Amino acid sequence: MRKINAEKIREAVARLAIEANLILRKDVLRALKRAYSKERSRRAKKVLKALVENAAIASSEGIPICQDTGIATVFLDIGQDVAITGGDLNKAVNKGIAEGYKRGFLRKSVVSDPLSRVNTRDNTPAVIHTKIVPGGKIKITVAPKGFGSENKSVTGMFKPTDGADKIGRFILEAVKKAGPDACPPYIVGVGIGGTLDKACILAKEALLRPIDKRNPRHHIAGLERALLKKINGLNIGPMGLGGRATCLGLNIEVYPTHIAGLPVCVSISCHATRSAAVTL
Amino acid sequence: MELPLRPEIVQSLKAGDEVLLNGYVYTARDQTHLRLIKDIGKKKLPFDLHGQTIYYTGPTPAPRGKKIGSCGPTTSGRMDAFTPALLKAGIKGMIGKGRRSEEVRQAIKRHKAVYFLAIAGAGAYLSKKIAEAKPVLYKDLGAEAVYRLKVRDFPVVVGIDSKGRSIYK
Repeated sequence: MRKINAEKIREAVARLAIEANLILRKDVLRALKRAYSKERSRRAKKVLKALVENAAIASSEGIPICQDTGIATVFLDIGQDVAITGGDLNKAVNKGIAEGYKRGFLRKSVVSDPLSRVNTRDNTPAVIHTKIVPGGKIKITVAPKGFGSENKSVTGMFKPTDGADKIGRFILEAVKKAGPDACPPYIVGVGIGGTLDKACILAKEALLRPIDKRNPRHHIAGLERALLKKINGLNIGPMGLGGRATCLGLNIEVYPTHIAGLPVCVSISCHATRSAAVTL
Repeated sequence: MELPLRPEIVQSLKAGDEVLLNGYVYTARDQTHLRLIKDIGKKKLPFDLHGQTIYYTGPTPAPRGKKIGSCGPTTSGRMDAFTPALLKAGIKGMIGKGRRSEEVRQAIKRHKAVYFLAIAGAGAYLSKKIAEAKPVLYKDLGAEAVYRLKVRDFPVVVGIDSKGRSIYK
C-alpha cells in the first residue's frame, strides 16, 4: 500500500489551477496557430492573431487567458493501492482550489447556492469526479471551464435506432445554436452511450484528450473527422464574424449503453479550453 | 474614438465598422444589472448613466503591479432582459460578445445607441488596453461590482448600429 499525504494533493491542485488558467494547452495553441495560417478571411485572421497573442501575454505576464477562470472540475484517478493519509481527500482538493485561485489572482465565480447566489469568495467547491483505477498512483486533472460555453452545452436522449446521422445533426445543431456567443472557434466534447449522467461525464472527459488525437475506435475517429469538417463549413468563424475556423477540435468518447437508448451529451467549449494534469 | 460617445458619432457608425475606444466605460454583468434596474430613479448612483458605455465583463483580480487582470467580454444575451430599461435610463453604448434579442435590437434603434463586440476570449490581450480600474458601485459583488475602466485604443467591432442593423443575420 502506497501512502500519499493529502497535503501533496492540496499543493498539486493549487499549482494545476494556476497552470491551467495561465498557460494555454499546447494542442490548443497549435490548433489556433494552424487556424490562423489557414484562414482566408481578413477579419477572422485578425481575431485569431489576437488570440495567439492573448495566450502569449497570459503566460509571460501571469494574467489568466480568460477572465472567466471557471468553476474548477477536478478529475481524480486514484490507484486502488494508494492510501491517502493526513486528511480528507475532498477537503484537500477544495483547499487546493481556494489556494490556487487566491495565489494566481484568478476570478472567484462560484456561488454557494444556485438560487440565493452568494459568492463563496474562494471559488470552492470544485466539481470532483473520482475514479478508482488499478495501480499505486494518483492522477489529478484540473479543468476550469467558463460558463459562456457551459451554458451552450446540451444533452439528448435518442432512440437506439437513430444512429450516427441523427446524432451528427444534433451536434451540428448544438454548435449552430452556440453561434457567435460562446467564444468560437470551439472545441467540442461529445459523450455517447452509458446513461444520461455517464454521457455528460464522457463529454467533459472528451475535452481533456489532446484535440489532434483521434479516438482509437476506427468508426468513432471517422465520425470525429466528418463532424469537424461539417462544423467548419458553417462559416461561424472567430467571434462569429465568419471564417473557416469554427471548430478547432471535436473529440468523442463512447461507453456501452442499454438496448432501449442512446444518450448523447455535447459539451461546447471555447477556444480557451483549459486543463492541466499531474501524476503523483 | 472618444468616450462618452457623442450622438453624431454614434449615428455615423455602421454594423461591421472597426473602432478603437478611448475614455471611460463602466462594467456591469448579471447581478449588477438586476440591482441597477431596481436602483435607477430610487437611489442616487455615484455616476451619471446618461450617455455612458457599459462593458459586460467581470475581470480577474489585478496581480501585483498591474492595473487589472484578465478582462474580456461576457455573453451579452444574458443581459437582454434588462437592456431596454438601461437604454431608457440613458446609456448609449454596450460592449460584449455574441447575439442580442430582437427587443434589444429594436431598443438600440429607438434610443439611437450602439452595441459593440469585443474580442471574445481575449481577456489577457484586452487587459493591456485598460489604463485604470476603480470599483465604484456594488463593491460587495466582488467580480460583479461596477468598475470604472479607463480604456486606451480598446478594439471593438460595431455589432448593432443606431439604425438597428446587425452584423449577425
